Amino acid sequence: MEFIETLLNGLSIGSTYAIIALGYTMVYGIAKMLNFAHGDVIMVGGYMIFLSLTSVGNPILGLLAAVLFCVLLGISIEKVAYKPLRGASPLAVLITAIGVSYLLQSTAQIIFGSAPKMVVVADFGNLTVGELTIPYYMLITLGCSVVIMLALSLFVKYTRTGRAMIAVSEDKGAAQLMGINVNAIITITFAIGSGLAAFAGFFMLMKSPSLSNTLGAMPGIKAFTAAVIGGIGSIPGAMVGGILMGVVEAISLTIPAIAPYTDAIEFLVLIVILLFRPSGILGKVRREKV
Amino acid sequence: MAKAFSEIKWKYYLNYVAVAIVTVVFGGLSIAGALPSSTIYLLEKIAISITLAVSLSMVVGFLGELSLGHAGFMCVGAYLGGKVSAVLEPMLARTPAGKEIALIVSLIVGGLVAAVFGIIIGLPALRLKGDYLAIVTLAFGEIVRSIFMNTSADSFGGALGLETPRFDKKYLFIIAFVLVFVCLAVTQNLIRSKHGRAITAIRDNEIAAKATGINVTKYKLAVFTISSLFAGIAGVLYSYSNYTVQSSKFSYNYSIEILVMVVLGGMGSINGSIIAAALITFLDIKLQTVLTGDLAVLQDLVYAAVLIVIVIYNNAPGLKTFREKYNLKNFIAKFKKTKHDPARVHDDEAKWDRVPTKIKMDELLSMDIQPSSAYTPDKASKEDK
Repeated sequence: MEFIETLLNGLSIGSTYAIIALGYTMVYGIAKMLNFAHGDVIMVGGYMIFLSLTSVGNPILGLLAAVLFCVLLGISIEKVAYKPLRGASPLAVLITAIGVSYLLQSTAQIIFGSAPKMVVVADFGNLTVGELTIPYYMLITLGCSVVIMLALSLFVKYTRTGRAMIAVSEDKGAAQLMGINVNAIITITFAIGSGLAAFAGFFMLMKSPSLSNTLGAMPGIKAFTAAVIGGIGSIPGAMVGGILMGVVEAISLTIPAIAPYTDAIEFLVLIVILLFRPSGILGKVRREKV
Repeated sequence: MAKAFSEIKWKYYLNYVAVAIVTVVFGGLSIAGALPSSTIYLLEKIAISITLAVSLSMVVGFLGELSLGHAGFMCVGAYLGGKVSAVLEPMLARTPAGKEIALIVSLIVGGLVAAVFGIIIGLPALRLKGDYLAIVTLAFGEIVRSIFMNTSADSFGGALGLETPRFDKKYLFIIAFVLVFVCLAVTQNLIRSKHGRAITAIRDNEIAAKATGINVTKYKLAVFTISSLFAGIAGVLYSYSNYTVQSSKFSYNYSIEILVMVVLGGMGSINGSIIAAALITFLDIKLQTVLTGDLAVLQDLVYAAVLIVIVIYNNAPGLKTFREKYNLKNFIAKFKKTKHDPARVHDDEAKWDRVPTKIKMDELLSMDIQPSSAYTPDKASKEDK
């Protein structure tokens, strides 16, 4: 029984990671850059939820406001910081992304202060089935994530925009020749990724109500690790990697001997997987051409 | 063959001279007791930052691989070196110069253990490329930190931190600057040697470097190891300078801070790294006393904004023409008359003495070329038809 509870906990943590990892992996696939600031978009989403909860009080409205704001934020970050660097060395783009990450964190701290805020989204209670006790927030997280992932997969597979995204990720130049507006596709990708980050922020606040300006830092790094484990650039890979990370985290947290080392174990999983599959579980091996 | 005195490129040794002057001047003042402890603290931190930045610049600027785990290697050095000195010092309390021996031994041990970790993490990680390597080094740094954080109190101090012995503050920063000098000498001589050219060749085009017979893995591993060796040494100095080693200090944020120094100084420029490291550390410590509470974040905000602007300005393809028109080099050139150097054609980036590759047009036209007897223009044109 306890094992099932642990597993469910892992799945709900993992699906949050997967939602964040989707943002990383889509941006990587299409813009070929590591968006280091992605984790901090989650934090901004968290603060938006906090603001709307204190002013309006409805968590659903808060979520919508957060998604809207994060989408706009993602688009403007892309336009201001990353677009001028298109075609520059990947390292330059990565460092700009790190700069954006710091910028968001310090701006949040200046506006909201460094003391953590308590954000109680709503008290959902527990579901009891026989001996099982499952908090409702886990089920909500799991259900929402599954719906989001399904919707995203269908969107990418069956809509014109989604297929254009795949085309751009495979060959930017050829996609442009086929009449795809690459800049618009990149903007849409950032918008989707940032919107997903707001959802992730909502899930994280449901789980633990403490909100500070580093809310997104560690989950961001872990989700990024998950995206790399799954094979960065691959959408199903991000889902698999995220779930794997979540389950590893939940299981390791229940074993007292290794619980303090949970972070280390998760990163160790990354190193071990990359040793055997240098491009991740579902990543494509690309031969370098001269 | 020894070079004539006038042939030595003095420009190459300017940074040694600068470090030596700083060491001698401040060292003298400190021994005389004329330096306030705040200045000594500042100098220690600057020396540590310079060592870290120069060693990271070897990996990022010259090898062209991104490492986000430099603080992890520093962490290994700080803990191991701190532990060794904490164990050694009571044992050597009776012997003359016991403190000095403990310091030297701990520096060696900390550096070597960090270097071994560099090999351990480098061997598998260097199979990976670019972003994958970045995330693995980041993961390594976090693993190391998490392990040291959860050690028991009597081994490495755990969450409370490891207490390290004290060394006379008057002399510690002098030792730190001597180590900066060593780090500088090793890095600079490596980069300017045959091996250094192989390393930059790998950065510029790995496949081409492989094709010319450069052992890419060997060089990558060597650079990685040397870089982590110096990070470990900087870690030991850090442990001495701070009295305690806290694992929370060595998070990936610190790695990124070092990376920022390297990037702001200019990739592939050792002097740039030195200046940026000194400047950032100086501002950091000075501003810490001015800005308190939540205002301290203003500093981070400004850093972030400056970082973004500088990287975009230096790298944006759209700003290329603007950049070429208004840069520091042109500005300096306006005030300085440079003599013509045949090795520098069109102000290219060639760093080493080289044969002039372009022949001047007027020299070519004034050359007296005799047609050879075997060649007659008429015949040749007929055969062509």
